[in-house]
Amino acid sequence: MNILIVGVGGQGTLLASRILGNLASVLRVDCKLNEVHGMAQRGGSVVTHVKMGEKVYSPVISEGDADVILAFEALEAFRYRHFLKKGGAMVVNAQEIMPMPVITGVARYPENVLEIMKKDYGAVVIDAQKYAAESGSVRAVNTVVLGCFAKKFGISYENAEKALEMSVKPKLLQINKTALKKGYDILPII
Amino acid sequence: MKELLLGNAAVARGAYEAGVKVAAAYPGTPSTEITEILSGYGEIYSEWSPNEKVAFEVAFGASVAGVRSMVCMKHVGLNVAADPLFTSSYTGINGGLVAVVADDPGMFSSQNEQDTRFYARSAHVPLLEPSDSAEAKQYTKLAFELSEKYDTPVILRTTTRLAHGQSFVELGEREEKTPVPYVKNVQKYVMMPVNAKARHLIVESRMKRLASDADGFEINSITYNDKKTGILCSGVVYQYVKEALPDASVLKLGMVYPLPFNLIRQFASNVDEIIVIEELEPFIENQLKANGIPCKGKELFSKQGELSVNIIKQVLTGLEPVLADNTLPARPPVLCAGCPHRGVFYILNKLRLTVCGDIGCYTLGANAPLSAVDTVLCMGAGIGMAHGFSKALPDKKNVIAVIGDSTFIHSGITGLIDCVYNKGNATVLILDNSTTGMTGHQNHPATGKTIKEEDTYSLDLAVLCRACGVKSVTTVDADDIERIESLIKDELKKDEPSVIIVKKPCELIVKEIRKPYMINPNCKKCKVCMKIGCPAISYNEKAGLKIDAAVCVGCGLCLSVCKFSAIEEVL
Repeated sequence: MNILIVGVGGQGTLLASRILGNLASVLRVDCKLNEVHGMAQRGGSVVTHVKMGEKVYSPVISEGDADVILAFEALEAFRYRHFLKKGGAMVVNAQEIMPMPVITGVARYPENVLEIMKKDYGAVVIDAQKYAAESGSVRAVNTVVLGCFAKKFGISYENAEKALEMSVKPKLLQINKTALKKGYDILPII
Repeated sequence: MKELLLGNAAVARGAYEAGVKVAAAYPGTPSTEITEILSGYGEIYSEWSPNEKVAFEVAFGASVAGVRSMVCMKHVGLNVAADPLFTSSYTGINGGLVAVVADDPGMFSSQNEQDTRFYARSAHVPLLEPSDSAEAKQYTKLAFELSEKYDTPVILRTTTRLAHGQSFVELGEREEKTPVPYVKNVQKYVMMPVNAKARHLIVESRMKRLASDADGFEINSITYNDKKTGILCSGVVYQYVKEALPDASVLKLGMVYPLPFNLIRQFASNVDEIIVIEELEPFIENQLKANGIPCKGKELFSKQGELSVNIIKQVLTGLEPVLADNTLPARPPVLCAGCPHRGVFYILNKLRLTVCGDIGCYTLGANAPLSAVDTVLCMGAGIGMAHGFSKALPDKKNVIAVIGDSTFIHSGITGLIDCVYNKGNATVLILDNSTTGMTGHQNHPATGKTIKEEDTYSLDLAVLCRACGVKSVTTVDADDIERIESLIKDELKKDEPSVIIVKKPCELIVKEIRKPYMINPNCKKCKVCMKIGCPAISYNEKAGLKIDAAVCVGCGLCLSVCKFSAIEEVL
């Protein structure tokens, strides 16, 4: 399974990919992750690749080859939608963060991106910020989205929680556990 | 036990298991984590050096003393460390010596796309290139063995995708190495002409021996499949090839310099056509052609940027490209909310100065709306450039150099000495945020802490500048933008060099908890607060100006530029 995680630098894409990497350990499948560090992290558009399977070669997901896009911001979800496979799934945090060209007025934030992604890609759009805040930190948006993803893809809550425990500092574990559960419970059982 | 490890972590693990005793580096994306991780091993002495040249010399000294040692840097760091590299190739080593150099095809976090492999060829040292984390660990250990077997420094080359990619690695135990006794050997270690002439011959014969042995190295291996096309590749590109062309015959090169020519000829005779797939320059391709082995390469693939599974498929299997939506607003990196550099760039823009910038977070001062930087070349260049500007255009009087604390120590200091010595008048702003910011907050000689967070002497930048002969050295708080503005104006008028140290720790290390700000009804929509380029402040016709309380960290810079008292703390 190819999972593309997109968001804005500082939203916790690195932690999200680490949790998914540990999920691969729990599920005993091969896995490769690819991250971006350094300059691009400073509030820029950030994309992290997670590939799991019997045997993984390239650590990078090709355009048109992602089974899932997990997005922490609406415009970033829209920007990387061409990575999605036909029939792939998207879980999108509805939050909109204005990029600098929009802030300075040289570009406009595109309209109706969430509606388009719901209609054209069957995107699951959630208010992860709200659930994160209820869990104790607005920064837990990433874990809420992961919880929602886990449910949608039939990953047991126990395994998701195990991966979380392997990835998060003890100090932040409780907040993230609550966020994971809230994310997990958004979608009804299929 | 198998663990998911970052490529950089795997290199560090390899060094640990190989019994490395000394490691030195200057931080540089994408290489930084290697030395950070090494600092966690009690058995290894590690340090942040002021720059890559010093780091290389520290590692080389430890090698001559008889222990396995490592130096790590990004590709442009090797330009700085090239001097000791080239001559250490002549002296050879005592304990194994490995230089890890991380290239950045695609320039995720770099100022150029230079190809480290040419350094290996010019300096006559072997270069290994792993393709995933497991190999990163394995090749690091192998690099030390080769270094000792062939009496040479070895370069381990990585790229961003390898360095910042994670895959599973089998962990092993550390093998302690008994230090090789140090014996004074002037012919080997004193490179004056008479000795260097003799050593050059040894270098030549060493590389011949290595090149012929390379044919038998297990890390250079052939997998035959469909024999119509034979692919030659190395590093992470090998992984792309395996995914894009599962049926192709592949010669995977673990050692890219020197090349195993007999193995390559054998491969060539068994396939109809050889295609070299390599990122950046035609390094392998040109050597094949020079040795009379016909192949295709850069007529098919670009020298610019990264390769990918899709690019390989597009070129060789006719896959239609999947296009990105380029109509969307870009999201470039920005100075963080609360960044102490922001106010300085606001002033520099306001005063319309010519700014010779430098490498670090503050390079982002070039982006709109701050738009305050005229030049960025390489580490430390801004001071020398400002000096050159003033010599070329003595009447211009509005040129200023801007450099960070860590970059100043790295190589800005020599530019300042030059400016004083040669009667220049450059004005230099040192933006001192008490850390190496962009690479993720590493200590440096002026933070008062070592890599292991132990207390140490803290270099006083003001005293250092005065010792260089700068008479006018002022330290100012980064929040006091009025004073910064008047100081800049005053210093630019002077016909002598001056330094203004703008001090405030990076927002990300302080993490001070302050109340966020909001816009109140006094707002006249003059939008002066938009000119500071804060990611928390936005404007639209309907809602007017808005401060996003979730992004605002309450630094108060917007408050100090607002003329209508329209910004106040959120209650």
